[in-house]
Amino acid sequence: MCSGALPASTVSAQQPEQTKKYIPLSELPPAEQLPAARLLVGAYSVVIVGLFLYVVSVGRRLTTVQREVERLEADVKRSGRA
Amino acid sequence: MPKWFMPAAIVCAAMFAATPMVIALAPFESTMGLVFKIFFYHMPSAWMFLLGGIVCGVASLRYLITDDARHDRSAFAAAELTVLFGLLTLVTGPLWARKAWGTWWVWDVRVTASLVSWMISVAYLILRRYGGPGSEKLAAGLALFGMANVPFIYISVNYWRTIHPATSVVPTLPVNMGLPLWFCVVTFLLTFVLLFKMRVRLEEQRARLDAVYLSLDE
Repeated sequence: MCSGALPASTVSAQQPEQTKKYIPLSELPPAEQLPAARLLVGAYSVVIVGLFLYVVSVGRRLTTVQREVERLEADVKRSGRA
Repeated sequence: MPKWFMPAAIVCAAMFAATPMVIALAPFESTMGLVFKIFFYHMPSAWMFLLGGIVCGVASLRYLITDDARHDRSAFAAAELTVLFGLLTLVTGPLWARKAWGTWWVWDVRVTASLVSWMISVAYLILRRYGGPGSEKLAAGLALFGMANVPFIYISVNYWRTIHPATSVVPTLPVNMGLPLWFCVVTFLLTFVLLFKMRVRLEEQRARLDAVYLSLDE
């Protein structure tokens, strides 16, 4: 009979330890520092561009609906149905 | 829009512009280096994602109980923000993980639960867009599942074996890392409030438009 379950010691050996606390990099030697400017710029760009596009999208939708409401309300007033 | 909206929007834009400078003051983390600074945008995005899920769920519950359309409009607005902030979280997370964990994605319990929650919000929007009459109530029921997933996402890292950082990292941050983080959290929260207000306003205008069309039909 074959069991798919691995012993706990094997599982823990495969998986890195969970982070419990962050330590400032300045406390480590320079060789262990890991710069990753492209990933950082990419992440910040995604957030800023994403939020900007959403603001533009909601603003445009709002303007369109408000214009239509104003146009229809003016039509209603003109036709004396209000 | 209310009188406070424009001043708040100016403050929010100024705070957003200041975030890179504030984050630059924070030291690098020992194991991740520069890429750690993604945390200052990733974590506030994730919190707004969870906040959106809660707001959408609470508003949906109130809508189901009271049948008041105002709550439905709030839920719809919050669902869209949940999708937006969820997307930002699910994109910035892998960009961070690529360097920190050596992989873009892991089927880790928090990451997977976040993806599921985001998909529930997307399903909510699809249901509202294509569900036809009565889809508001169905979507409200779906939003309750989305909200139920929020505490699970938050505590999952403390109960399951995972490589995602535990919730203990935030309270144990040194002051020079914690202050920039809280500055970013306040900035994102203000952004969330302003976007929510704008989005609810859009739904109010749509309701007004429907009322005008109905008055024309009568």
